[in-house]
Amino acid sequence: MPEEIIASQETRAGWDRIAATPEFRGLMTTKKVFIIPVFLFFLVYYFALPLLVGLAPHWMSTKIMGGANRAYVFALSQFVVAWVIAWRYLKAAGKFDRRVQEIVAQADESRGGK
Amino acid sequence: MSMSLLVFLAFIGITLGITYWASKRSRGATAYFAASRQLTGAQNGIAVAGDYMSAAAFLGLVGIIAFQGYDGFLFPVGGFVAYVFARANDTGEAVPTMKGTLDMIFVRRPRPVKAMASVSTLTICTFYMIAQMVGAGALVALLLKDSGISYRTAVVGVGTLMIVYVVFGGMLATTWVQIVKAILMMAGATVLSILVLAHFHFRPGEFFAAAGHVAYHNNGQAVVKDFLQPGLRYKPPYGTLDLVSLGLGLVFGTAGLPHILVRFYTVPDAKTARKSVMWAMVLIGSFFIMTSILGLGAAAIVGPDYIATHGGNNMSTPLLAQRLAGDLFFAFISAVAFATILAVVAGLTISASTSFAHDFWTSTVHKGVERHPGEEVRVARMAAFGVGAAAIAIAIGVGPAANVGFLTTLAQAVAASANFPVIVLAMFWRRFNTWGAVTGLAVGLVSSLGLILVSPSFMGVDASSVSGAARHVIQARAWFPLENPGIVSIPLGFLGALVGTLLSDEPAAGSKFNELLVRSQTGLGAEKAASY
Repeated sequence: MPEEIIASQETRAGWDRIAATPEFRGLMTTKKVFIIPVFLFFLVYYFALPLLVGLAPHWMSTKIMGGANRAYVFALSQFVVAWVIAWRYLKAAGKFDRRVQEIVAQADESRGGK
Repeated sequence: MSMSLLVFLAFIGITLGITYWASKRSRGATAYFAASRQLTGAQNGIAVAGDYMSAAAFLGLVGIIAFQGYDGFLFPVGGFVAYVFARANDTGEAVPTMKGTLDMIFVRRPRPVKAMASVSTLTICTFYMIAQMVGAGALVALLLKDSGISYRTAVVGVGTLMIVYVVFGGMLATTWVQIVKAILMMAGATVLSILVLAHFHFRPGEFFAAAGHVAYHNNGQAVVKDFLQPGLRYKPPYGTLDLVSLGLGLVFGTAGLPHILVRFYTVPDAKTARKSVMWAMVLIGSFFIMTSILGLGAAAIVGPDYIATHGGNNMSTPLLAQRLAGDLFFAFISAVAFATILAVVAGLTISASTSFAHDFWTSTVHKGVERHPGEEVRVARMAAFGVGAAAIAIAIGVGPAANVGFLTTLAQAVAASANFPVIVLAMFWRRFNTWGAVTGLAVGLVSSLGLILVSPSFMGVDASSVSGAARHVIQARAWFPLENPGIVSIPLGFLGALVGTLLSDEPAAGSKFNELLVRSQTGLGAEKAASY
């Protein structure tokens, strides 16, 4: 597929204009507010596992419930945390999508329809 | 004829039937590369999960846990967290990996970037494929040894089947083979996990107690180890660094894995893509949790000594099935593992060949124009054939003893070092340009491969009693102390991209930033950017 077709679909000025609209900028801010804390928490929680396992193996080996040790329970909790984050994230992504559609519709309109 | 052989042949029959059906239905490039974008969320989700639950997981991860206990379990945990991290990003927006961005970075960027991205895709796919082929060969040779099939014959057979699926059936056949296999595999793993727990009378205390006292021989010495305790694989002084490096490779590498990315071209819209991610996450997570039950179960019930003398660590899962439920279940589990290998290898082949046909052949060699209609599909088919043949040759060279789960994590380290820095910088740095992308990809690729070559995976001094494939390839002390290169090679990839950008003079780069930003966030223009 030749790329020239795509390039002509929206001009340089067109991209810059969309990037500057309040709708687009608002969307970016909302996303950042949601994503950055979640992302950081996720990283810290995950890397705590190899760090604790490497630096405090004996503490992690303490049995805490049903014969399982801290290390195993913490590893299982990674799955639960990842599921919860993914679920929340996918829900939020649905909302972002609707705002994206508005921006796309607006862009089409200002280009005089497709 | 043995029971295993019968079960194998039945599965081969089913998959060839699917391929024949798919070849009748698919016409044209969208059908070949993206299954005509007709898959539902559940279908695609199961296929996505199938891609990720490879034989490396089913055989290799269980094997690592059966031999190295808790440290081995860190592989599936990291693998799952990494999966969620990568997927959440690319179906939802936000960070970089989604479709629009990919099209921008890897498809619409100037020719040197595409050529380089294509090289990195082929390298990553080949790593993955070798892992799967080694597993396939070892498994088939072991299971069918009564029928006189050797490792070499088995690798050739698996390779040939996969080439048939991809060349004749395209994405549609590949996807359905994947779906059938994913369902069989979840069923097999679930039944086997329940059998393990039943063996311990469904009392977790009994299960963990048994895993806490595993007796086996280590370097000829009888030992009893607690398999729940960290430290069996990663020991001081470099253990902690290696663990973090492993995590880095997994978390950032999964985002750059090409065969998982192409799956998202097969659904009609973002909502369906998200639904399929939910399916995939539930399936993959449950499966990876089960690897700990299977691995610890295999260690406690079958024992590392027995496994080591009956096919090695990759055979832990089938041997556990045999011990708990007899030969028929052994044959079933083995056939599932075999099916898994075929399906995943086919998926890899299709992404490697797609990348080659589109990014390298059409875009780079012929400047973005197909000279004849249908050329791209034909080139992809030929590339599938070539990639398949190369993987067969290398898998025969590597030999049956390499742990397949570990080989896959190395593929992820390469993906993390080469692809990830480029994706991130393209999104967040206005000045980032073509040369930066090329040098970033090249430095990430070369440094991760180089570090793997001088790591303890390849270098080491073995006692003269260690023979054959268990010996290190290079008999010298490893120059790089870690198994996992990520902690060094990912920063190097970033550095390469940085230096490449700063040293080249490309004034137009900054003005593309808004375009990339808007396109990746809204998907505007993405549909037209790729022909599939």
